[in-house]
Amino acid sequence: MKNNEEVKNSEHEGSRKSMIEIIDVHKWFGEFHVLRGIDLTVAKQERIVICGPSGSGKSTLIRCINRLEEHQRGRIIVDGIELTNNIKNIEKIRAEVGMVFQHFNLFPHLTILENLTLGPLWVRKVPKKEAEETAMVVLEKVHIAEQARKYPGQLSGGQQQRVAIARSLCMNPKVMLFDEPTSALDPEMIKEVLDVMIELAREGMTMIVVTHEMGFARSVAHRVLFMDFGKVVEGNTPQEFFANPQHERTKLFLSQILH
Amino acid sequence: METAIQRTGLDEIKPPITNVGIIGWIKSNLFSSVFNSLLTLSSLFLLWEIVPPLFRWAFLDGVWFTGSQACKQAAGACWSIISANLRFILFGFYPQELQWRPLLAMIILFGLIFYSRDRRHWKKSLGYAWIIGLFTMGFLMKGGLFGMTAVESTQWGGLPLTLLLAVFGLTAAYPLGVVLALGRRSKMPAVKIMSILYIELIRGVPLISLLFMSSIIFPLFLPEGITINKILRAQVAIILFTAAYIAEVVRGGLQGMARGQYEASEALGLNYYLTMRLVVLPQALKIVIPPTVSILISAFKDTSLVVIIALFDILRTTQTVLSNPEWMGFSKEAYLFLGLLYFLGCFSMSNYSRKLEKELSTGR
Repeated sequence: MKNNEEVKNSEHEGSRKSMIEIIDVHKWFGEFHVLRGIDLTVAKQERIVICGPSGSGKSTLIRCINRLEEHQRGRIIVDGIELTNNIKNIEKIRAEVGMVFQHFNLFPHLTILENLTLGPLWVRKVPKKEAEETAMVVLEKVHIAEQARKYPGQLSGGQQQRVAIARSLCMNPKVMLFDEPTSALDPEMIKEVLDVMIELAREGMTMIVVTHEMGFARSVAHRVLFMDFGKVVEGNTPQEFFANPQHERTKLFLSQILH
Repeated sequence: METAIQRTGLDEIKPPITNVGIIGWIKSNLFSSVFNSLLTLSSLFLLWEIVPPLFRWAFLDGVWFTGSQACKQAAGACWSIISANLRFILFGFYPQELQWRPLLAMIILFGLIFYSRDRRHWKKSLGYAWIIGLFTMGFLMKGGLFGMTAVESTQWGGLPLTLLLAVFGLTAAYPLGVVLALGRRSKMPAVKIMSILYIELIRGVPLISLLFMSSIIFPLFLPEGITINKILRAQVAIILFTAAYIAEVVRGGLQGMARGQYEASEALGLNYYLTMRLVVLPQALKIVIPPTVSILISAFKDTSLVVIIALFDILRTTQTVLSNPEWMGFSKEAYLFLGLLYFLGCFSMSNYSRKLEKELSTGR
């Protein structure tokens, strides 16, 4: 695994500047308290993996970062802009923050190329020719340029997820959020998606990844966070996190997923 | 590549001969069981009893281009009622010598519709062509400019009137229905309540009562001296009525959309309007093509209800011909002809919708 070393060594130069600041964030679904006071600062070019049992609030947390969910207490500041009810700010932040979903959520009525150019054309107002050129470059990068004219329904799960990553990249985002990007995939397709994500990491993208792929966490993450019952139980470098978990719940969780 | 090698190694085995071809088809579809065989035989018998006499009545013994006297002596169908009164059935009381004008208007309309069938022609220029076309048609019907004799709308009738009510009614009702459906799902309470009220009120009354209201009650509220064209009022009633039904169908399509589609487009930074226009509506409207078309078809046929507010659409002109003592008693032929016209309209709509569905399918 020579790549991993490379990835690790491309350490963040601008790490003193923070990209995302989450301060004492709470959220309720009805009566249910999903997030119970989250504090998290993500530096530029930092890569964070969040794991934890289902229902621990990890997906909800990253969905709060681009306002797919609304937090009810605390502050979230993305690239210097605070998330409030101001719809213009929300749209601005969404354009800067890419998101990859568990179920891909490609637009089935548009071709792959049209999926990729939709955001640049309508949000960034990039001319069509330029948007398509960028899209083709990004498609090369995720190794599916030959599928550009097809529809999402004609692609395999792994290919669809790579298209979804490409769609976010076309917006030239400052942060990428991944919400369990490999959970809905057949086992043999997980690697092709993780490879694309590792490549992205090597280029210095700021990433927050909710996943249970511990191999990925080991090789790419600067920090691994463990969440349970709406709280960040512990966070550490991957080496420390796996070798030396501090809390009982973390130990239990790791013993369950690492067999 | 390994799988490809393995697959070519398998021998292709043909299915048994009795399962394929014409014999196989007949066996599996017509005589698959005793009951099915009986059904097939009795259906064949019924067809034998009905079709030949009908054919004889309509074609062998029918008369086509005679006067009403010859008709009364004929043993078969009297199609002469159509040929002799065609101009009145089609154009009503529109002045005889000016009837080329509605005819030309209809030709323009059919031309535009025919050209618009192909999705590749859907460009901005086609939109302009429709706008120019519609104005030309209106001008041809009405006249009064450039030395053309004015024809009051009270004299309009027959097929042009039916088409006018249907084409304008359907094209205006569709976007209005989509807006209402979006309104009903809006997060803004005022918009939502207004949409629900509108939809439920309109769906709660029959079209006939709406037409009565528009032609009898509505003018009572207008200040003296102001009258609004009767056709226009009926037109508005039809649009309002159809839109409410389309709204409910479109709402069904919107509810069928996965939440992920909204989330993905929001995550890209698209605002509400763009999300709807680029992502949600194209998919939702495609899903509801079949029920939408059946609403449009029934709206097309419902235009014949304007008879009750004394507009002379094609149903009324046909009835007028039948009330002429000379042609009394040939209602079978007249209504068959009328039925054929409506059928052509409805069938081409449903045919086109199937074609559109196939074209828009993206293999999901």
